[in-house]
Amino acid sequence: MSQTEWPLWEVFIRARRGLGHLHVGSLRAADTTMALQHARDLYTRRGEGVSIWVVPTDAIGASSPDEKDPLFDPAMDKVYRLPSYYRMPEGAERL
Amino acid sequence: MDPRASQPAFIPGAAELLAEVEAAESLLDQRGPAGAAAPAGGEEADLLAHFEAVIAADAKIEPRDWVPAGYRESLIRQIAQHAHSEIVGMQPESNWITRAPSLKRKAILLAKVQDEAGHGLYLYSVAESLGANRESLLTALHDGKQKYLNFINYPTLTWGDVGALAWLTDGAAVVNQVPLCRSSYGPYARAMVRVCKEESFHHRQGFDLLWTLSQGSPAQHTMAQEAVNRWWGPALAMFGPPHRDSTHSEKSMAWRIKRFTNDELRQRFVDITVPQAEILGLTLPDPALAWNSERGHYDFTPPDYEELKRVVAGNGPCNRQRLARRRQAHEQGEWVRAAAAAHAAKHSREDAA
Repeated sequence: MSQTEWPLWEVFIRARRGLGHLHVGSLRAADTTMALQHARDLYTRRGEGVSIWVVPTDAIGASSPDEKDPLFDPAMDKVYRLPSYYRMPEGAERL
Repeated sequence: MDPRASQPAFIPGAAELLAEVEAAESLLDQRGPAGAAAPAGGEEADLLAHFEAVIAADAKIEPRDWVPAGYRESLIRQIAQHAHSEIVGMQPESNWITRAPSLKRKAILLAKVQDEAGHGLYLYSVAESLGANRESLLTALHDGKQKYLNFINYPTLTWGDVGALAWLTDGAAVVNQVPLCRSSYGPYARAMVRVCKEESFHHRQGFDLLWTLSQGSPAQHTMAQEAVNRWWGPALAMFGPPHRDSTHSEKSMAWRIKRFTNDELRQRFVDITVPQAEILGLTLPDPALAWNSERGHYDFTPPDYEELKRVVAGNGPCNRQRLARRRQAHEQGEWVRAAAAAHAAKHSREDAA
């Protein structure tokens, strides 16, 4: 028989005010409304969240972990971006 | 009388298991060792070396990381088997929702069965992050190509069985699953933290149910005892064949998908369960069960592994019924999936217009 498979959605939950939305998993749903309802039933049965985002998995752009030139390399060789790079003379405080 | 009034404050061993879940959860929040460094080249040997370094450092593998094909296959097989067990495992209990003896017990059972569906869905979601497709996993279940846990193929004959199933098989599941909260695959570890916390409610409500029956009339006590007699064997067998005969254990342990052998986990379950049975005022049906002070563990009779093989292969008391009902539910749900998809397609056209 024919099989219908709903698209995949990624679910992000804000656990409480003051925190960002955190990825908790995925689910399948026909549209945004259903994705939100399923996310509520699936990921917040015990009051785990105060806000839900659902995003079609296809719509997420992601960096690839095995790119030939690692995407994050430029960040790693600029140690002068870190405060610990600078040696403070004795007596210099509060900076 | 509220049965809770004279109820023991805690179940021996249960708090200790929950503490392990919480420890695993806080480890997930910490910055892992050797986590971020991406592999420098696309050569297979480099990728494998990086993968092995991540595993050796006890860091997590995440979706889209390069992994050996065997790692991916082992995980998908194990996670699918677990997801299927949750989904088919709804059946022996959903049978009892309408017959539960009070509104409170109905509500508890309904919440538990809803959790089982949830656990199945968390796990299918994890399998999809490894590149498996949900529909094809369900097809493999329906065609009998992928298996689910043995105990689900036994009947729940009385209300006592609902309690014994939860206390013993969910108890065994918790022992089995707590170490999986530290599995090397990040999404699996995170899903298992959720599963274990919720599973602990299942375990406790089963204990609570049996405790109430055990304290009841002589007939109720007998019902509880007979149910425990029926479920002890299947619960022990849940841990799988002995380590020496286990097909997948060695590799899964090297890759830190699993952390303990089937035998170690089975022993741990027995050690935790014997004192709980004493509090329940029920006995476990094994004349060989005795404390061995030399080993620091209880001695017990191993489960019937031939029976386990038969049941997993499809010849337990309820296999055909369970699978037929699963297929029927999926097939009869097809019009709902199709209708919702048609509704979504229509509205996305309207939105675009």
